[in-house]
Amino acid sequence: MTNPNQLDFGPATGLICRECETPAELGARHVCAECFGPLEVKYEFGAITREQIEAGPRSIWRYAALLPVPADAANRPLDLAPGFTKLQESHNLAQRLGMTKLWIKDDRDNPTHSFKDRVVAVAMTAGKTLGFKTISCASTGNLANAVAAAAARAGVKSVVLIPDNLEQGKVVTSAVYGTTLVGIHGNYDDVNRLCSEIADDRGYGFVNVNLRPYYAEGSKTLGYEIAEQLGWRLPDQVVVPIASGSLLTKIDKAFKELIALGLVEAKPYRIFGAQATGCNPVAEAFEKGWDVVRPQKPNTIAKSLAIGNPADGPYAIDVANRTNGSIGHVSDEQIVDGIRLLAETEGIFAETAGGVTVANLKQFIERGELDPTLETVVLNTGDGLKTIEAISDNVGFTVTIPPSLEAFRAAVPE
Amino acid sequence: MSVIVRVPTILRSYTGGEAEIAGEGATLNDVLHDLETRHAGLLTRVLDDNGKIRRFVNVYVNEEDVRFEQGLETPTPSGTAVSILAAVAGG
Repeated sequence: MTNPNQLDFGPATGLICRECETPAELGARHVCAECFGPLEVKYEFGAITREQIEAGPRSIWRYAALLPVPADAANRPLDLAPGFTKLQESHNLAQRLGMTKLWIKDDRDNPTHSFKDRVVAVAMTAGKTLGFKTISCASTGNLANAVAAAAARAGVKSVVLIPDNLEQGKVVTSAVYGTTLVGIHGNYDDVNRLCSEIADDRGYGFVNVNLRPYYAEGSKTLGYEIAEQLGWRLPDQVVVPIASGSLLTKIDKAFKELIALGLVEAKPYRIFGAQATGCNPVAEAFEKGWDVVRPQKPNTIAKSLAIGNPADGPYAIDVANRTNGSIGHVSDEQIVDGIRLLAETEGIFAETAGGVTVANLKQFIERGELDPTLETVVLNTGDGLKTIEAISDNVGFTVTIPPSLEAFRAAVPE
Repeated sequence: MSVIVRVPTILRSYTGGEAEIAGEGATLNDVLHDLETRHAGLLTRVLDDNGKIRRFVNVYVNEEDVRFEQGLETPTPSGTAVSILAAVAGG
């Protein structure tokens, strides 16, 4: 398929403004020239069957026909091939929370241990199509890892900007890939603002600025995988962490596309959003019934979700309202409890965002907002090994003893 | 009493392609109206029909989002740096 620029974006036919529906050509642009609203990818999908998808690689590229990428995206060797992560049935956690059927979609399995490898893979493909020599991003840490690693693998330069107060585990795991890692004296929203200015100043492909329409589409693969791994059906309820709100809206978009393409049966589903109290602009607007999101100054241990001015906040609220879901928020203490609960019941050590999501799940049930008798999928988007600081004051040695059997017998009862 | 205003690529059709333009005024509102006298059309791209900053536009005065300051009434003393940006980015 071709488009006006003769660039291969697969089934994508153009961009369209989510607000005023003004069309735009496929290219390195992310906001509408008329109203500054966000541009989204528009498609003309051909016939797609479950069998075609199932015959594809065990990565996000099995869904290439549903993404703005060339049909041969899977055959590009210089790619980290993320995705197709475990969907773990979680009996123990379900029992603890009084639930009937619970699954954890565990995106620690990705190459840099977070869901960001998905969005970066799609953005890198668009960046290559558009001829960018340097790939860049504003990040709270996970995206920085994903961009630095993918750029190393693809052999392109990367410039990664993060707040300089991030967890050491996220700084080191970006720097190791040989990226240009720029620490900013400020919070994520400061970094993001600076990156918008740099994008106008340098010829960089910013995955979450001028490549954002393509990047964001990568999150749909989480929705596709959930449906495929459940045996080509949709769950009743999904709980998703909210930073910018983009991921939540793309899970919804994925489900809607699968229904429209006849790949799953249509059914009602409910989407729940999870924030930390120390950065809860979307939950606040949802609770108060606002259609705009009031920016905040974040202060939470869940740094990966600490976006005070979330670009897709209003759209996340629309999805939660339309699907009869909800958006909640939990304290830092609850986040730590959530991390420990998931680890102790399911053997999954989540980063702070996973703690936010599990703690919100518990709270939604306690408040009667989420039905524990319905099948529920919870997203764990990152790895606890990157945010050890968050719980290192809460867990540690049970006891330390001299190397003698006597001391062990005294310290550890039968 | 001069301030420097950085404008995004998407608005440079109003500034003859210039990335930075000079303005005058005691507040952000005054500066924006001053710019309009030389860069006609710019104002309505930044402000909506009610004279408020558009939903998808962020304006920063000395690196601070004016929504955390006094909005359009944020003071802009001489030497202030103003930056206009599309709000939709990141995440």
